[in-house]
Amino acid sequence: MGHQANGSNNDEYVRLLGAWPSPFVLRTRIALNLKHVPYEYLEEEDSLNSESVINYNPVHKQIPILIHGNKPIRESLNIVMYVDETWLSGPPILPSDPFDRAVARFWDVYIDEHCFTSINGVAVAKTEEERKEAIAKLEQCMGLLEETFQECSKGRGFFGGDNIGFIDIGFGSMLGPIKVLEKFTGVKFIHPENTPGLFHWVDRFYAHEAVKPVMPDIGKLVQFARLKFNSSIFK
Amino acid sequence: MAEKDEVKLLGIWASPFSRRIEMALKLKGVPYDYVEEILDQKSPLLLELNPIHKKVPVLVHNGKIIIESQIILEYIDEVWKHNPILPQDPYERSKARFLAKLVDEQVLITGFVMLAKADEKGREAVVEQTRELIMHLEKELVGKDFFGGKSVGFLDIVAGSMIPFCVARGWEGMGVEVVTEEKFPEFSRWVKNLEKVEFVKDCIPPREKHVEHMNFMGGRARSG
Repeated sequence: MGHQANGSNNDEYVRLLGAWPSPFVLRTRIALNLKHVPYEYLEEEDSLNSESVINYNPVHKQIPILIHGNKPIRESLNIVMYVDETWLSGPPILPSDPFDRAVARFWDVYIDEHCFTSINGVAVAKTEEERKEAIAKLEQCMGLLEETFQECSKGRGFFGGDNIGFIDIGFGSMLGPIKVLEKFTGVKFIHPENTPGLFHWVDRFYAHEAVKPVMPDIGKLVQFARLKFNSSIFK
Repeated sequence: MAEKDEVKLLGIWASPFSRRIEMALKLKGVPYDYVEEILDQKSPLLLELNPIHKKVPVLVHNGKIIIESQIILEYIDEVWKHNPILPQDPYERSKARFLAKLVDEQVLITGFVMLAKADEKGREAVVEQTRELIMHLEKELVGKDFFGGKSVGFLDIVAGSMIPFCVARGWEGMGVEVVTEEKFPEFSRWVKNLEKVEFVKDCIPPREKHVEHMNFMGGRARSG
């Protein structure tokens, strides 16, 4: 380790403020693992009232926050890109071609704006009608992501090709919440017939050495969902 | 890069999202064909190129379709490497991206949509919230001509197209004063700097027409 071409000192201490159930935190941990970056993980249970969180992210008071030396980097996709741009010796997370990069960025924005919103929508829906709508939206998202998987993977194992990349990380981090919803709604969002590519990709993703050590246990996530979401489906 | 690049941009004259793409293309000296989309009328071309979101801007480069304005900006920066838009340093880059997101999401929502919807009583609170958001930008500008330092960069293009040359026209129409030189000396200085830059100036929507447009959009926000 030492100085990278861009001048940053990668020997500087790395800390990550996070919360174990958060898919956004998970993204950043996978990225750090991929690049073999040693870091200190600090569990912030109550981020809104945490002095560190408020200090490093006064704008949103949210985790994840990566602190590299004394520099705070905020927002999960920003952090993943920062890790990719700072630690250059590990496998690239974003592809090198500008168009492929734009595609990868687009899908992660889509995942945040549409998938995650629908996942949340299912969890917090107050009426059956609302829930059905959110479920339909999420199914639509899965359909589009299946197509994207086929296009991006080109027959290889991941959205990123032979190794996990930006979309794998962005979407893979949502698998925990999706599995929790599958359990409670009885709906199979990732299905061997409707989304065969995604169906097989899930196991590969979970087995990846950068993912396996940090993917939260589904049982624990289910418990967490029960406590957090006071809606009927989680009883 | 191809021998002859074919670049087409679908945009709307009043949209800060498409105006900023024009700024970037002009900064890079990239010739392009501009196709004006009419608000609320999704042309067949738009539906063909952006079937998922049906929104502008859409950039078509040698047949490749790129959407989402901030993604388009990064694409342009990576294809045409001269006159860089994003900072070179990864940390500065992450700050620029973070604040750009703040501008497009929060400043637009709070500073325009919520403000348009607020009644007399609620207005002052929303103005204060907007000012708090813009203060983050104010702090970034201390000792700098632009967010990008000595020259216009990513955050200048995003924040410039959105705030002084879009949302502020909404404020004008509403008769609300959000950014004053007294409260925001750096921001005010920055706007003046921006207005002197040729390729930025060329991409500012005409004022009167734009104020009228923003009034219309404000009305839409109010009626839900």
